[in-house]
Amino acid sequence: MSASAGQAPAERPPGIGAHPAGPIARFFDSDLWYNFRRSPVAVIAGAVAFLWIVGALFAPWLAPHDPFDLGSLSLSNSFLPPLPLKGSQWAFPLGTDDQGRDMLSAIMYGGRISLVVGFCSVLFAAIVGVSVGLIAGYGGGALDALLMRIADVQLTFPAILIALVVDGIVSAALHQLHEATEIDIIVFAIGISNWPQFARTVRGSTMVERGKDYVLAARVIGISGPRIMLTHILPNVLGPVLVIATINLAVAIVTEATLSFLGVGLPPTNPSLGTLINNGNSYLFSGQWWITIFPGLALVIMVLSINLLGDWLRDALNPRLS
Amino acid sequence: MAGFILARIPQAILVLLVVCFLSFLLFAFVGDPVAIMAGQDATLAQRAALRAALGLDKPFYVQFLLYLGRILHGDFGLSYRLGQPVLQLFAVRLPATIELSVTSALLALAVGVPMGVYTGIYRNSWLSRLFLAFSLIGVSLPTFLIGILLILVFSVWLSWLPSFGRGSVVHLGHFWTTGFLTLSGLKALILPAITLGLFQMTLIMRLVRAEMLEVMRSDYIRFAQARGLPKRVIYFGHALRNTLVPVITITGLQLGQIIAFSIVTETVFQWPGVGFLFVQSIAAADIPVLSAYLILMAFVFVLINLIVDLLYYAADPRLRIERRRPVAAR
Amino acid sequence: MSLLDVEKLSVAFPTRRGVLKALDNISFAIAAGEVLGVVGESGAGKSLTGAAIIGLLERPGQISGGRILFEGKRIDDLPQEEMRRIRGRRIGAIFQDPLTTLNPLYTVGRQLAETMQIHLGISGAEARRRAVGWLAQVGIPAPEERIDSYPHEFSGGMRQRVVIALALCAEPRLVIADEPTTALDVSIQAQIIALLKRLARERGTAVMLITHDMGVIAETADRVAVMYAGRIVELGPVARVIRNPAHPYTEGLMASIPTLEEKRGRLAQIEGAMPRLSAIPPGCPFSPRCPKVFARCTEERPELMLAGGTEAACWLFAPTLAEAAHERRGHG
Repeated sequence: MSASAGQAPAERPPGIGAHPAGPIARFFDSDLWYNFRRSPVAVIAGAVAFLWIVGALFAPWLAPHDPFDLGSLSLSNSFLPPLPLKGSQWAFPLGTDDQGRDMLSAIMYGGRISLVVGFCSVLFAAIVGVSVGLIAGYGGGALDALLMRIADVQLTFPAILIALVVDGIVSAALHQLHEATEIDIIVFAIGISNWPQFARTVRGSTMVERGKDYVLAARVIGISGPRIMLTHILPNVLGPVLVIATINLAVAIVTEATLSFLGVGLPPTNPSLGTLINNGNSYLFSGQWWITIFPGLALVIMVLSINLLGDWLRDALNPRLS
Repeated sequence: MAGFILARIPQAILVLLVVCFLSFLLFAFVGDPVAIMAGQDATLAQRAALRAALGLDKPFYVQFLLYLGRILHGDFGLSYRLGQPVLQLFAVRLPATIELSVTSALLALAVGVPMGVYTGIYRNSWLSRLFLAFSLIGVSLPTFLIGILLILVFSVWLSWLPSFGRGSVVHLGHFWTTGFLTLSGLKALILPAITLGLFQMTLIMRLVRAEMLEVMRSDYIRFAQARGLPKRVIYFGHALRNTLVPVITITGLQLGQIIAFSIVTETVFQWPGVGFLFVQSIAAADIPVLSAYLILMAFVFVLINLIVDLLYYAADPRLRIERRRPVAAR
Repeated sequence: MSLLDVEKLSVAFPTRRGVLKALDNISFAIAAGEVLGVVGESGAGKSLTGAAIIGLLERPGQISGGRILFEGKRIDDLPQEEMRRIRGRRIGAIFQDPLTTLNPLYTVGRQLAETMQIHLGISGAEARRRAVGWLAQVGIPAPEERIDSYPHEFSGGMRQRVVIALALCAEPRLVIADEPTTALDVSIQAQIIALLKRLARERGTAVMLITHDMGVIAETADRVAVMYAGRIVELGPVARVIRNPAHPYTEGLMASIPTLEEKRGRLAQIEGAMPRLSAIPPGCPFSPRCPKVFARCTEERPELMLAGGTEAACWLFAPTLAEAAHERRGHG
């Protein structure tokens, strides 16, 4: 399960092992990379996800227009259809919205926000979940029972409901908001809704690792608990954590989009893909479908490629299942 | 059997109490109900009177107990936004949510289980591959987007089905309204039910398939083959029955997902249910409705978990061991 | 005519790195009512032989050569549905682990009745009556009550008795018992073997008894086939193979069994390990470990040939070398 971290160096031919290879060289030498190249689905999904991430992260430099520059918006450009259709313009390949905003640029900027929120909330969930899992699994006893009971109770409720409630309540509690905190709140809400999965997996792996000889040996020579957890156990549970994190990234992006669509998440002044879809939804009936459908398509492509990568990663790290 | 249920009741009550406490905290810390209810131009004396009437001058734990007492009497207070009793708001909207959720769940099961069995048995057929590709897209499509796409195609472009509301409903008894009995009600149900059920359907299909593959590898299936049982008996008797145990658990939990996502679906289709009410209440920080919704959800989820446990008990005789003791090894 | 004839059977596993021959050109026969023991280390191909005979090879394994005849009729190329009618009805099977071979969600009575109804076309009531009879025959106390019990309500030994009843209830002519006692408590193993032996003798059912336990073979079997790396290396009457093994591998196998008479400080061991399927040496597969290896062994593959009272796949018994071999054995 967690073999990749421990075994990859051992499987290298001795000649290469003699030179201390850098982490990047080691990565390209690994089974994981070999496995990746041999799976066409993974390569395509990886390429799509990569393009998407580049397009989103470098949106300010790559996007043809700046959708937040109100000065450049012109109402005469509003509701332009996308390219092959009658009345479309080359300057706005995916059409424009009600305010004359270029949809392609808006999607790139929106995708940036969706990605940032997704990454940050997964990171938050992973840090909380891994810490809890390590402490519960290594410490055991009453603390373990308490932490896992909390996780169980939370798992009784769907993650999206928890994210929705936490986001709604925190927003209501902190009445006056400026934009930065809205992103903080949604990251917190989505992160909090997803930590139990990390905690459970890490706890299970930790309990297995704790019983192994190398951990016993480390304890015998007097290495402290936190140090054993961080230097010995953590590297061995990273494989499953990576798999959960990948699948969770897709879930987090969908959750953010859903909250923003419901009007609970991010405001129109700082639109994510979900906000764009929500905005466009009002124009569905007047025929301007592209204002909704293109951000939706962008979202689906992103989520689908991450899901495919997650599936591949799970199989690659768990040869038994494939 | 009775002991089996009784063992689960303390935890159920604990979960409900925790959720009640959380929604009580909502009242205590989010916004000042006196300021909201009394309005801008109330005098200090009026405010104090209201404070006393709400029990807000009493110690914290007494307030919580009073709150619990009110809940047990079905008194969830007045909605800040609509000024009506929360209980009444819910009673009017609950039938819509229940009819939608149950229809979606049945749809997801009725289509998802056979697809899962099929793809589990005929792993490499082209139809299985098609189902799997479809399921991957289904899992990656957010619920609200499915709704929007269905509206675009069937309401905007084809004008076959309505895009919002419940159609005309028929009153049954005191407060129950049903859309099952009119044509417009049934038509209005189609798109929301598909939207809500699709994600669960693909999930159930993948789950059943994975379980089926696992069971088909087991020794007792090989032994059943070695005994010369026909395929039909092996697949639909021995294998499916063993697949059911985990499927029941996860499907039960999926039912919870359906209720959670009914919030999204109801918003997309402006379906007059409690989920739509909830979203509107979040935007308005309508604490009494929010807290009542939380408690209602907690109750529903606890109930679902209890039912899942019971079904599990019925499906797997290994859980009924207290009845007889094993024969000693001789 | 033999009941079962296996002729030059080969089973192959196509893999990414080429085709692995898991069974290579094996031939043997089982007469009606006979008990044939099949021994060998794990991975020698014993269970695979059993699976090939009942047509339940797990993919991607497939029969790549030879044929299997049952009651004189070829069964290795039968359509699935016809083979199914033979399984359970004509050829029964007993698996290793009774904890996992019974369906946990059905009562033992239902599993027995279902098997008999499908194969014997009898009514439900009749099947249930016979199921009670079978439970009694395999030594389950109070069968009328236990018939409605689920597998988890029985102990391991009791479950294996149920499995034996299931394998025999449609009155097959041959039973393939694959390590029927390996997963059981040592104290129960002898009872289960005795039960199987008694029931088979009473009905004239032939048994192919697959095991790695030479003691079980010695007690139960009429003849024995010794397997090594997917081949049969020695085949003959049990008493002769045990007392006078011909193949050096069998010799090593016998020397490694503790006996009551000789108290040795240490059991003999065969040096090395059985080769992996991907690295079977040319010629005789045992040659790298064989204490009596000579040039021909590494070059040419030996088939079964007469070697005293048994047949052995060993060049020591090649007709031209037989004298020399005899000589050598005398000295050894």
